[in-house]
Amino acid sequence: MDLATLLPFLVNVIAGGLVLGFVYAIIALGYTMVYGVLQLINFAHSEVFVTGAVVGFEVFRVLTPSPMNGYLKLLIALLAAMVISGLLNVTIERLAYRPLRNAPRLVPLITAIGVSLILQDVLRLIEGFQGRFDLTYTLPDGFSGKFCGAESSCAAVGSTLARLGLDLQLKDVILIVVALLSLAVLNYLVNRTRLGKAIRAVAQDRVTAGLMGIDSNRMISATFLIGGALGGISGVLFGMKFGTVNAYSGFDPGIIAFTAAVLGGIGSIPGAVLGGLALGVIQNLIGVTNIFGGLLGIANLEAIDASYQRIGAFIVLVLILIFKPTGLLGKSNVEKV
Amino acid sequence: MKSTALSLSVLAALALGSASAQTTVKIATLSPLSGGQSDLGTQIRNGAQLAVNEYRAEFQRLGMNLQLVAYDDQADPATGTAQARKIAADRSILAVVGTLNSGVAIPSSQALVSSRVAMVSPANTANQVTDRGLSNMNRIVARDDAQGPAGANFLADNLKAKRVYLLNDKTAYGEGLAKEVEKALRAKGVQVVGNEGTEEKSDFSSIIAKIRLQRPDAIYFGGIYNQVGVFIKQLREAGITTPVMGGDGLDSAELATIAGKGATNIYFTTVAAPIDALPAAKTFAANFQKTFNDQAQGFAAFGYDAAKVVLQGILAAYKANGNKVPSRQQVETAIRKGTFTGLLSGTVSFNSVGDRKSATLYVMNVQNGKYSLSARLPVRPARQ
Amino acid sequence: MTAVHPVSPRRVTPDRTGLLLLIFLLTSALLLLSHNREWLGTLGGVGALLRNPIVEAVVVSLFLANILFAYLWRAAPWAKALVGLGSLLLVLPWAGQEDTSLLDLSIQIMIFAALALGLNIVVGLAGLLDLGYVAFFAVGAYLWGIFASPRLAEILRYYGENPGATNAGTLALGLFLTAVTAASMVAINRHHQRVPPTRASSWGFGLASFGLVAGLILSARALLVLNAFRAEGLANGIDPNFFWLFLALSVLAAAIVGVLIGLPVLRLKGDYLAIITLGLGEVIRVLANNLDLYSAGSQGITPIGSASVGWFDALAARLGFAEDQYGLLFLYVLSLLMVGIILVVNVRLDRSRIGRAWIAIRDDEVAAQAMGVPLVRTKLIAFATGASFAGVMGMIFAAKQTFVSPESFNLFQSIGVLSMVILGGMGSFPGVILGAAVVTLLNLRILPGLGEATANLSWIPQQANPGQLQRLIFGVILVAMMLLRPEGLLPSRRRTLELHHEGDQEDDSAKGTGPSLTGGGGDVYSPGLETRQEDEPAGGTR
Repeated sequence: MDLATLLPFLVNVIAGGLVLGFVYAIIALGYTMVYGVLQLINFAHSEVFVTGAVVGFEVFRVLTPSPMNGYLKLLIALLAAMVISGLLNVTIERLAYRPLRNAPRLVPLITAIGVSLILQDVLRLIEGFQGRFDLTYTLPDGFSGKFCGAESSCAAVGSTLARLGLDLQLKDVILIVVALLSLAVLNYLVNRTRLGKAIRAVAQDRVTAGLMGIDSNRMISATFLIGGALGGISGVLFGMKFGTVNAYSGFDPGIIAFTAAVLGGIGSIPGAVLGGLALGVIQNLIGVTNIFGGLLGIANLEAIDASYQRIGAFIVLVLILIFKPTGLLGKSNVEKV
Repeated sequence: MKSTALSLSVLAALALGSASAQTTVKIATLSPLSGGQSDLGTQIRNGAQLAVNEYRAEFQRLGMNLQLVAYDDQADPATGTAQARKIAADRSILAVVGTLNSGVAIPSSQALVSSRVAMVSPANTANQVTDRGLSNMNRIVARDDAQGPAGANFLADNLKAKRVYLLNDKTAYGEGLAKEVEKALRAKGVQVVGNEGTEEKSDFSSIIAKIRLQRPDAIYFGGIYNQVGVFIKQLREAGITTPVMGGDGLDSAELATIAGKGATNIYFTTVAAPIDALPAAKTFAANFQKTFNDQAQGFAAFGYDAAKVVLQGILAAYKANGNKVPSRQQVETAIRKGTFTGLLSGTVSFNSVGDRKSATLYVMNVQNGKYSLSARLPVRPARQ
Repeated sequence: MTAVHPVSPRRVTPDRTGLLLLIFLLTSALLLLSHNREWLGTLGGVGALLRNPIVEAVVVSLFLANILFAYLWRAAPWAKALVGLGSLLLVLPWAGQEDTSLLDLSIQIMIFAALALGLNIVVGLAGLLDLGYVAFFAVGAYLWGIFASPRLAEILRYYGENPGATNAGTLALGLFLTAVTAASMVAINRHHQRVPPTRASSWGFGLASFGLVAGLILSARALLVLNAFRAEGLANGIDPNFFWLFLALSVLAAAIVGVLIGLPVLRLKGDYLAIITLGLGEVIRVLANNLDLYSAGSQGITPIGSASVGWFDALAARLGFAEDQYGLLFLYVLSLLMVGIILVVNVRLDRSRIGRAWIAIRDDEVAAQAMGVPLVRTKLIAFATGASFAGVMGMIFAAKQTFVSPESFNLFQSIGVLSMVILGGMGSFPGVILGAAVVTLLNLRILPGLGEATANLSWIPQQANPGQLQRLIFGVILVAMMLLRPEGLLPSRRRTLELHHEGDQEDDSAKGTGPSLTGGGGDVYSPGLETRQEDEPAGGTR
């Protein structure tokens, strides 16, 4: 194998990792925002995310026969998923976490796990009554096709990409655009608005924020709303990209996304994005280690195949945290006594 | 609310207890009914339920009130063992249909063997499930070392593959099957260009990149349809049209739905006869749809067959016992020794360790979402 | 502490000896009756009622509640002992003779009780959130699984066929390396106690530990190669009499893995530690799934032997147990014994210097460090102790199941054990045992019983049958219990005491464990305004 075949291979692996990484990043934001204000690992977030995916599935399913523009369908799916997942997240906080504000820190963690179990079965039941378990997205025409294929108006861009060996589908590009837009809106919301300022104040110090006249409970609800909406977006993007979800699909990406949030520095919004992208790429690179092992003739590397993808991510996390205990972009808190 | 539910069920129990002068005879299913594999486990349960519904009248005539009790093993070996011991304690349960995972079947059958409760597995293909030689463990599906070589032969002879890429789902099922395929392929001199497992259910981009690099003539994926389907969809979207083959885990109409436009050039081996080939299969599919408002998948057919084996076994034991309700041991013997007909997977009789003496493996082909029969391969285990 | 601060005027609880004995007799009779087929048959309607799976589950739960009553109520000590010992050693095995699922259930409860006690040390006492605890359970299970099954012979055969460059010299080299590095680690450690560690000495320590691992691997490999010729004789694993040795080895092995996992990660705090331990737990499971030679991969190891104790079997036979029940009964008694030992160890540790050090670290790491508590070492001991309990129970689990495979050691198990600890009451020994019993009973008995009883009711739609909604019901119960009793079912006495002496004790509000100094009164917006940052004292205001 020479460089000419290996380069496009590597480009594709990294590109695939980045697309996956954007999904992780958006999920990780939901974790990291909630963690920022409550110091709680919201285990139910993976189900909030799957709820978004299920809503997206239902919207696309209902709209399949309609001649509506595909992008409009996607917009409706995204909005519906954002609203439903956001409200669900707020409700969860209201019912399961708020009564426990004064309880030991691990108690809401257990209710979060309980809520996660409940939501999984409820989602399965809702779809199960209609005889469905695995939900396969019916995407508008063209979404699965090549990005800038030969007959489209932007064929020139497509051929340039093809020369680089980059093999992108239209839905990959849509995914990245939607993810970047959400990040931009989130950035504006958190850093440029009064609401964002209040949320940051609550995350930094709830007592002092209270003294400044900030209603911390409302800010926490707002955080859950935003986090849930992001979960909804990521659910639709996940369903669109990978095609099939079921009520239990949230667990694995949820764990990885939370790992990403920790990798980036939990509580840090840019950290979650960076962590998500990094994990996506790292996972894919670990998945192809055996190819390079084969090239270099190192037998031990040849054994590292796709089955090590997930734990590879964890080992990277361990290594990074050993040298940077608060994650890539986490602030290291000075201990006050 | 809980107390009303409780009192209702108590009432129900009382009603059941007093209404029937008949002897209650139960069979159990043991499969995951909750969690990520609940879909497959529920299919098994529902398939068995259909068989029980069919036979209820006949049992009624003979003075037996036939019931099915479904146990949830949550795909967890410890939970499965605990449920198996509960089954052992309920003496009205004569035999078990189960399980989905061989990791559950092995300790569960061990827990049941001393109480002579026969198990007929609708899904476990791992060799060591029956290699342990337990008197109560039987299965209607083909062993890994029967199904694997059959798949390998089809890859080499019919698809003329010279280079094959092997994948598995890192479960006892998928990995065991892929290992047997690999062994058989190597014996036939076919090159195995890649062999790896993945627990990933959604993103296959790195594997697909490797496949694109290696350019195999065919891919064999030991796994279940809901993972393999997603893989195939992404593979086809990446523009790779290489044929994909798998085992009976792919036997499901869902496969084509999940793979969508990519559902083409797929092959799988299964013991269940295709719906068009067998009138009974058509009736079964229709009944299943009517009763459960759900499409019957392969596991439903296997569950149905396993339950039918159990029920015919009980009937045979009933006759052998002088038309009296048989004991568990009699049922166990009747299942191991008997010949069972009218099944979706043909006639079943078991060898000394509970494998089918002979079975026909159907190689199914999916083209553009349509399933058709591609070949029939008779298989026989080494031991008779 | 009790002596110094007598808590609020002691409520006079009536002596309940009579009631306790009455309930014991009643529930025992019910238990024995409901698990005896012949007796049930003669009872007609009542028999049918007792046979109902829900009623049966309730009877089992009530019977086990006896032991709880004996613990909680004020009663004559002889009555408490009678109820406790009578329930566990007489009635339960007796009923188990008819229904082995009771023994299986009890073993499972005790396995989880021991796991919960172990995790309680890590989470409840030392305050380190560990989400990968089941890894240590796996270590114990696989240790015995590999040695007591045909796997051992397979491994030896492999090394016999692929000896590589290994020979007796390798063994000598490995042992030498092990000895030298271990000695230098001890030396550096001693050195550190006298002078603060420098960069060079820390690196030296790291290098030495690396050398230690390498030495151990070399020695193990050499031992395997040199013993390869024994493969034929070990076709079914080692002699079952090694069981007792391996009980000790499993404790040791799990503790070593605990230290190995703990060393790099224990400097991390709070939820960073949580996610790392979660990850390392997954690493152990995936390794078990991938290292086919040693663990048989996803196929799992079977059959796994168990100890056979002649006199015990004879005794069991005398008591009327069937031959296939000996093993289960033996494991029942053994796990009872183990939980007893673990409980004693826990209580002793809790009252010892190290126990107080753990609690000091949990409550305020900085203050503890200032008082001279060596942080990493104390945390490592907590990790290793907790791990060792899991190791020994893993071995019992492997012997009970006669089969181990990676799917028994997934993340759900870790989360389940954590929920037992929190549900029962973090830091409270009776609490976490109760938590383990409640969760296990729910999962293995009550919820399946509910499913069984409703299986043939036609008015419940197929999709919504409680039999397949166990997780949902479990989730509801989990949430409800936590909302109603956030401090746990049986909260620890020490913690209750602390909460009652807020004025002169260290404030707990930073961890949210009590009414906080800042959030209690003047706050308008929410009752929970206190800061909750791990490393900040309450409110950050003082």
